[in-house]
Amino acid sequence: MTVLVYAEHDNSQLKSETAKLVHAATKIGGDIHVLVAGSNCEGIASEAAKIDDVAKVLLVDNENFEHQLAENTADLLVEIGKDYSHILASASTTGKNFMPRVAALLDVAQLSDVIGVESDDTFVRPIYAGNAIATVQSSDSIKVLTVRASAFDAQATGNNAEIEKLDKGSEAKGVSFVGEELTESERPELGAAEIVISGGRGMQNGENFALLEGIADKLGAAIGASRAAVDAGFVPNDMQVGQTGKIVAPQLYIAVGISGAIQHLAGMKDSKVIVAINKDEEAPIFQVADYGLVGDLFDILPELEKSV
Amino acid sequence: MKILVPVKRAIDYNVKVRVKADNSGVDLTNAKMAINPFCEIAVEEAVRLKEKGIAEEVVVVSVGNKSCQEQIRTALALGADRGIQIDTDESLDSLQIAKLLAKVVEKEAPKMVILGKQSIDSDNNQTGQMLAALTNMPQGTFASQVEVDGDSVKVTREIDGGLQTIALTLPAVVTTDLRLNEPRYASLPNIMKAKRKPLDVMPASDFGVELTSNVKVIKVEAPAQRKGGVKVADVAELVDKLKNEAKVI
Ligand SMILES: Cc1cc2nc3c(=O)[nH]c(=O)nc-3n(C[C@H](O)[C@H](O)[C@H](O)COP(=O)(O)OP(=O)(O)OC[C@H]3O[C@@H](n4cnc5c(N)ncnc54)[C@H](O)[C@@H]3O)c2cc1C
Ligand SMILES: Nc1ncnc2c1ncn2[C@@H]1O[C@H](COP(=O)(O)O)[C@@H](O)[C@H]1O
Repeated sequence: MTVLVYAEHDNSQLKSETAKLVHAATKIGGDIHVLVAGSNCEGIASEAAKIDDVAKVLLVDNENFEHQLAENTADLLVEIGKDYSHILASASTTGKNFMPRVAALLDVAQLSDVIGVESDDTFVRPIYAGNAIATVQSSDSIKVLTVRASAFDAQATGNNAEIEKLDKGSEAKGVSFVGEELTESERPELGAAEIVISGGRGMQNGENFALLEGIADKLGAAIGASRAAVDAGFVPNDMQVGQTGKIVAPQLYIAVGISGAIQHLAGMKDSKVIVAINKDEEAPIFQVADYGLVGDLFDILPELEKSV
Repeated sequence: MKILVPVKRAIDYNVKVRVKADNSGVDLTNAKMAINPFCEIAVEEAVRLKEKGIAEEVVVVSVGNKSCQEQIRTALALGADRGIQIDTDESLDSLQIAKLLAKVVEKEAPKMVILGKQSIDSDNNQTGQMLAALTNMPQGTFASQVEVDGDSVKVTREIDGGLQTIALTLPAVVTTDLRLNEPRYASLPNIMKAKRKPLDVMPASDFGVELTSNVKVIKVEAPAQRKGGVKVADVAELVDKLKNEAKVI
């Protein structure tokens, strides 16, 4: 039994998800290999080789994988992955994009958003926006899983695994990369931050998110948002937390001007400590908040910035 | 061109689900059902392409028992032209659904298949990608903008870092994200008109697709409930609690 973990990276940085996926893989058992597929990504492979319990890193450094498009990434994983018992990728927008293709081409099911490993064939995953938790058993010959990284601790580093270069990879057919608009931020990533402070419709506009920035800077926090705030154009889509946005589980989550719809809760209710700031004392967010503060955010936030 | 839109009947997104006492699943008795929100967005996008004169026909298809005809009719009321129900009582995985849809694609030869990115019950986010793989089509998932230009389509995708734009050669698969459009409400005359639009029913067993799943649900449980916490009086008390009680700042 050997588990293949697809390394999450952007060609310049190995994402923190990868060590968490390796941790999930250790619970399955067997050897663990990590696949780094990208362009000019040798450095990523060296980083991945440091993760404990990784037996081998496979490196496919090919310009065809610069954007990790689903079509050829899936073909690569099918070619390499057919000799493995399990294939794991992060339940990120990258993993979610190509993994179902991998599963379909291998003619097996895919299990999405795995948050627990019970054994080598039994896994735990949330359904209905996290309002139910299913334990499922797969009898497929190869188990294809996307893993919710926030549900696992990071595997320690200090290893020095062997790196094997593979000369593989074809061009993606029928698709070409046109461009991207990536949000630049000095702050920690939403998925990896210890503290997240999020704003909702109650923020009223994008400029008012500056009120969260001051606090985020002092706390070293990432900034998130509700769907309503994103839809209204206050902030970009990559800040959305929830069922259909990012799933976060930081030490501290501060929800400001967010009502607490189930779809939002799905993305943050596993945070260790939740703080809610809302002027409506009946807002559902208070039912999950450890500390609730009823009041006007425009009074509270400036004071909070001064006190932390 | 023809656009195929697979739609799913799912629990209404406002309903708070309950897990069955025997942990065999979620209790759907008398629960309000609706068209999965992402599928509604897919129908809306297809209908808009028709209104712009880019598409000629919008065909909706749903896999499920007779009750999913209700959601097909909803899609027809929103402006789709004709419906197909693939009749089955089995609860299928995305892989089997994708295989059935692949057969429909073979027969109907659409230029574009627009699906929702995700069902809000299974939260799978798989069917579109699987269908694309099985039919050897390129895919544009999590779309927030779709622009057809001759024989290709430009798709702007919502990704973790921001937005990505790709160009796909048609035929292609697109899956919708929430910000692609805001679906219209069906007017009463359109709801009446939808009743007369054609709806074909085909037994799933006729498709030559193996309908058994290799994934067994062992149990379904309610998530750990958070204990409701306390209300604090002011910012000073909040900061004190976070520092000295929760020790998170
Ligand atoms: C299929 C689907 C998927 C979805 N996915 C997501 C998702 O991933 N993430 C997500 O967040 N939502 C998602 N939603 C939307 C969700 O249902 C809610 O509509 C959304 O979360 C509401 O955002 P909000 O809390 O910011 O806005 P509202 O519900 O409008 O709440 C605003 C809150 O701000 C408070 N407020 C206003 N002014 C002030 C003030 N001055 N001071 C203090 N408080 C104030 C109000 O009391 C209110 O509680 C999804 C919906 C659907 C149908
Ligand atoms: N039973 C079904 N019938 C028709 N289309 C479906 C069905 N199940 C899923 N789909 C389509 O696939 C999309 C993604 O679903 P899923 O992969 O289950 O999250 C949905 O939004 C639908 O467009």
